[in-house]
Amino acid sequence: MKKNDINIKYGGDVSVKNAELWYGDFKALKNVSIEIPEKKVTAFIGPSGCGKSTFLKCFNRMNDLVEGCKITGEFKIGGRDIYDKNVDVNLLRKNVGMVFQKPNPFPTSIYDNVAFAPRTFGITKKSQLDEIVETSLKKASIWEEVKDKLSKNALGMSGGQQQRLCIARSLAANPEILLMDEPTSALDPISTGKIEELMEELKKEITIIIVTHNMQQATRIADKTAYFLLGELIEYGDTEKIFSSPEDKRTENYITGRFG
Amino acid sequence: MSIRNKYENELNLVFNKLVKMCHEAELAIEKSINALKTQNADLAKEVMADDKNVDGLEREIEQDCLKILLLEHPVAGDFREVSAALKMITDLERIADQAADISEITLQFKGEKFIKKPEHIELMAKLVIGMVKDGVLSYINRDLDTARGLDKRDDKVDELFETVKADLIELIKRNSANADQAILFMMIAKYLERIGDHAVNIGEWAEYAATGYHKIG
Repeated sequence: MKKNDINIKYGGDVSVKNAELWYGDFKALKNVSIEIPEKKVTAFIGPSGCGKSTFLKCFNRMNDLVEGCKITGEFKIGGRDIYDKNVDVNLLRKNVGMVFQKPNPFPTSIYDNVAFAPRTFGITKKSQLDEIVETSLKKASIWEEVKDKLSKNALGMSGGQQQRLCIARSLAANPEILLMDEPTSALDPISTGKIEELMEELKKEITIIIVTHNMQQATRIADKTAYFLLGELIEYGDTEKIFSSPEDKRTENYITGRFG
Repeated sequence: MSIRNKYENELNLVFNKLVKMCHEAELAIEKSINALKTQNADLAKEVMADDKNVDGLEREIEQDCLKILLLEHPVAGDFREVSAALKMITDLERIADQAADISEITLQFKGEKFIKKPEHIELMAKLVIGMVKDGVLSYINRDLDTARGLDKRDDKVDELFETVKADLIELIKRNSANADQAILFMMIAKYLERIGDHAVNIGEWAEYAATGYHKIG
């Protein structure tokens, strides 16, 4: 398999042992260990500043871009250490896509947004690109809405459509893991519902890890839930168990709204 | 310091109504047995008429709980408390129904002299009244020992039921003219035995509310 092959597979399961992260002197993650199963939705919950987004960004090494950030511990995806010096970060990020809170399409056409990753991986043949664009937009449940206006600028779409376009753009890289950092907090209930439906579909093929402040969203979509507080992983387990009988009083206080 | 004052006030309202409903159910059993003992038709009719109060409380608590589920989306311990309350009121409603049923049977004795003093039935009633009360209180107070102890107390009620049954069979064997009353007593004893089972159910929901564990069977 070629090193820059867009179809290269690493595996969709995440294993972290004794992760610690500092932003300068501030310790943002404290001895976090977790096993995230593939092809499931795992939700990270916790109050603002608890480290859940920081932890999420470790999985595609986005924290590498933060000055003064130091990470220790073991991060494995598909059994490989993703912080190994031989790891190709571009390939890692191809395999571990990310969707952010605010939709961030490129100010180009809908088609070019989705074709971005395959082009980066050297695919130039029009028919092949067309196919990837169509498949990705279909997987992101937005094809029917945009198939007649692929050349239109993506910024002209509604917020909910832009977010699904960003998901399609990630999917075009053929990832095995999709990280979502509060992907629906800026969207109305209809768009939120569409994206939640979409996650249910996507998890048949890929692993989804989502940071959410919406407890109901976690209960609706997540198979597993992890509760973070002050940089620590307090409790992790099946969502139904966490939301019916959490083991730790701090988890209970947070999810029942009695925190603080 | 809790930041869920509104929620906790709503839940306390449910607790208060539940205690009231429990008290009405206890009273219904007590009155139904007094009406039997004294063959007081007026009191028996009162128990039958008062059953609608318990039905009304059941409906009120049900609405309160559904409203909390709809508007507050409780989870974890909060969710367990509300869902346990929703289940318990069904048992309490059945308990009061059975007290009314006992009163209905009391009227069928038509004031005739009893073939036997209903002493074991009185004892059964006394035991189940205590069990119903403690079942609901164990929920309110999160008192696991009391909730789990109801099962054992129910064994005593079941034993008494067997005693009543054996006595009545003996009476029928002795004189078939006793059969009419024996069947009525038998049904009353069976209702009390069922009330004991409902009290055990209430204890199981109290345990679920406190721990998340719900006993099967």
